Amino acid sequence: MIDTLTHLDRLEAESIHIMREVMADAVNPVMLYSVGKDSAVMLHLARKAFYPSPPPFPLLHVDTTWKFRAMYELRDRMAAESGMDLIVHQNPEAKARGINPFDHGPLHTDMWKTEGLKQALDLHGFDVAFGGARRDEEKSRAKERIFSFRTASHGWDPKQQRPELWNLYNARKAKGESIRVFPISNWTELDIWQYIARENIPIVPLYFAAPRPTVTRDGLLLMVDDDRFPLRDGEEPVMRSVRFRTLGCYPLTGAVESEATTLSQVIQEMLLTTTSERQGRIIDKDGGDASMEKKKQEGYF
Amino acid sequence: MTDPIYVTDALIAEDIDAYLASHERKSLLRFITCGSVDDGKSTLIGRLLYDSKMIFEDQLAALEADSKRVGTQGGEIDFALLVDGLAAEREQGITIDVAYRFFTTEKRKFIVADTPGHEQYTRNMVTGASTADLAVILVDARKGVLTQTRRHSFLAHLLGIRHIVLAVNKMDLVGYDKAVFDRITLAYRAFASEIGITNFTAIPISGFKGDNITALSANTPWFKGPALIEHLETVEIGDTADEAKPLRMPVQWVNRPNLDFRGFSGQLASGKVKPGDAVRILPSGKTTTIDRIVTLDGDLNEAVAGQSVTLTLADEVDCSRGDVIAAADAPPETADQFEATLVWMADEAMIPGRAYWLKLATQSVSATVQAPKYEINVNTLDRLAAKTLDLNGIGVVEVSTDKPITFEAYADNKTLGGFILIDKLTNATVAAGMLHFSLRRAQNVHWQAGDIDRDMRANLKNQRPALLWFTGLSGSGKSTIANLVEKKLHRMNRHSFLLDGDNVRHGLNKDLGFTEADRIENIRRVGEVAKLMTDAGLIVITAFISPFRAEREMVRAMLPEGEFLEIFIDTPLAEAERRDVKGLYKKARAGQLKNFTGIDSPYEAPEAPEIRIDTTAMTAEEAADLIVERLLG
Repeated sequence: MIDTLTHLDRLEAESIHIMREVMADAVNPVMLYSVGKDSAVMLHLARKAFYPSPPPFPLLHVDTTWKFRAMYELRDRMAAESGMDLIVHQNPEAKARGINPFDHGPLHTDMWKTEGLKQALDLHGFDVAFGGARRDEEKSRAKERIFSFRTASHGWDPKQQRPELWNLYNARKAKGESIRVFPISNWTELDIWQYIARENIPIVPLYFAAPRPTVTRDGLLLMVDDDRFPLRDGEEPVMRSVRFRTLGCYPLTGAVESEATTLSQVIQEMLLTTTSERQGRIIDKDGGDASMEKKKQEGYF
Repeated sequence: MTDPIYVTDALIAEDIDAYLASHERKSLLRFITCGSVDDGKSTLIGRLLYDSKMIFEDQLAALEADSKRVGTQGGEIDFALLVDGLAAEREQGITIDVAYRFFTTEKRKFIVADTPGHEQYTRNMVTGASTADLAVILVDARKGVLTQTRRHSFLAHLLGIRHIVLAVNKMDLVGYDKAVFDRITLAYRAFASEIGITNFTAIPISGFKGDNITALSANTPWFKGPALIEHLETVEIGDTADEAKPLRMPVQWVNRPNLDFRGFSGQLASGKVKPGDAVRILPSGKTTTIDRIVTLDGDLNEAVAGQSVTLTLADEVDCSRGDVIAAADAPPETADQFEATLVWMADEAMIPGRAYWLKLATQSVSATVQAPKYEINVNTLDRLAAKTLDLNGIGVVEVSTDKPITFEAYADNKTLGGFILIDKLTNATVAAGMLHFSLRRAQNVHWQAGDIDRDMRANLKNQRPALLWFTGLSGSGKSTIANLVEKKLHRMNRHSFLLDGDNVRHGLNKDLGFTEADRIENIRRVGEVAKLMTDAGLIVITAFISPFRAEREMVRAMLPEGEFLEIFIDTPLAEAERRDVKGLYKKARAGQLKNFTGIDSPYEAPEAPEIRIDTTAMTAEEAADLIVERLLG
């Protein structure tokens, strides 16, 4: 027996169906765009879902001002190519107080990302926000619905989630309440990479190995992406052939040493690797075991 | 890891492109695991992830540390900790929600819905089962077929899962005894055939030790296979069956980038479609042919069940979200009354007669549910008499929708037969339903279209019919103002009728009491009577507390747009209680009257009434003038 549709075909069709369902009840939807590989796939799916129309919502980048330079370049290029509006939000309070990952630790993520996101959603009155989270990323994500309901204060209550049956999504909400929608919930990291290869989707070059200036700090291999990186005594940037498995704020994102310069090689490394994708991210470990769940309840994506 | 099913490291290392090419052709199987609290369900899933290398070193290190700290396996690796995600359930040591896991083998990608076993979470299992192609029913070899086993099997069958695996777990704890396995299999077979499961695959396993998971175990030489993974990899998925059925595509979104293009976007629920195919648009019944199948990758020559596409039609026919594009020669039915099985999922019990939103495929309509014909005891499968359904209750009911919907029996088409009910006030998903068939009543009781229509009757009276719906607390002044309004209309030669709450309860509704369900039925009947009277051309005035928004909206939906005027007599509770014209507040405060609105029963004020009367700011006379002016002005 040969199945007509492959698992990638099915995942694609499911994601497109989800995005179109959102349009039935949403008043003012937005797509969160973080410029990472998952965002790249989500944006590509949105273009497919509504073609020949452009996706009927803007892109929102909640910026921390500390992303890699290569991310800002791709962001602007993709917004132009897709014909979508790009909204960039930087938390003005974080900006005024000069919040940065070097001096402020967890406060950096809290203010720039968690608070910044809430501000942007409130400011523009977005009632539905697409996010590129996947269930295979982290334990508490595995239980999140595709349509994840948030209170007027953006809180997430794991016990009050709506049952989600078949492919029927309940997108009704009261004034002030909002819904986060995760159209690529059922994709795994491998699916994402294979789809990028199959569809030839542009991604940030940082996913591929290249000689880059790096220092080793707190067990992480960090890239010195610009001159805001304060070098400690004895630290000297060293050119290493590195790449990134996930992308965030450059001072918080660990690189891996690698020679993988093609998609096939990247996938090869991923399949043979022995550590999980989020290990290079500091955010999961703040506050111990249940930290992602706690962040979600506070309104983090 | 040396198991041949998973070992791909060599191929990955030597020829990644060959590996990727083979991986791209994998199919996708969704399955659900069901078991009781201690049947080892999480352990089995943890084992599947572990064996398929879905666990990385850092996760494994965390797992080993956790196993020592909170594990239940005496310091050995506790796979259950891998999948018990939320903090609350890790503390309680139970799974409380549906979690989805992913793993992949050489042949397939798998999505596993991990659902809890205990009774109060039936709704989670139903949720997980709704998308599953296969169910793994776990049984503890030491305990055999339990009440929970029956419940899980019944639910899996109810949701239409065609493949059932009976996994007899913890075989290591019964010495891999064939007799134990045979006895459990036999007991299960007897039960399964009772509920209509004709076919299942029994496998003796140990999730903890790994027996018969990826390969046949030397500990069970008497078992000839298949091992669990082998079975999951080869069981037939329903795709080809869906493709063989007639075309159905629920329209999700009308794609209109400019005046020259009008496409209809949706996911094919069944069948195939090609340009030139004759199609019928439901519910209008209009026919046309497919012009193009449009995608970003270029037009397609054919699309099949499961694909998301955009279709253009050869003719300009009306078609919008909620419509179904179907094979012209084999269209689905449309109807507005059905029999269905309902699984109640909300803490608040079902209220017969209340209007809920019903969502089926891309159709959203208002629907009411009658008291169940019977409730099913999921443990004994007995049919019980029931007046309502509580959380996790399952019953067979009649559903009526306010307009016809396009449907198929759930057994034939899950997309066009499965629906959810949504509470109109809280927006919560309160129930899942599976349609059986339309009720003949709707088809045979044809609407009698007389020669004299409602407009002609109203014209003869020289007026526009309307329903003036007064709502407000007891003692707010509804009846007083309503009475004045009718007197004024009468003086102006308008034909009116005041439907009084007490009077109706003496006759038409004398069989009804004051329970929540009865109060709703009271309002429904009043709404129907008022509707007939407006058909007769009258201006109908009603004065009922009508405390629930949902019921007022139900009546509004019965009438043509603009004929329902909600008049909120807005008197603060303190003021109404101070007046206490009938002495009822005093009785209620003394506990002599139960369910009294404002005291121990809520009043849901209108959010956007057509007219709001603040009785602290104007007299009854002024209020009546204002209402008449708004009505006739």
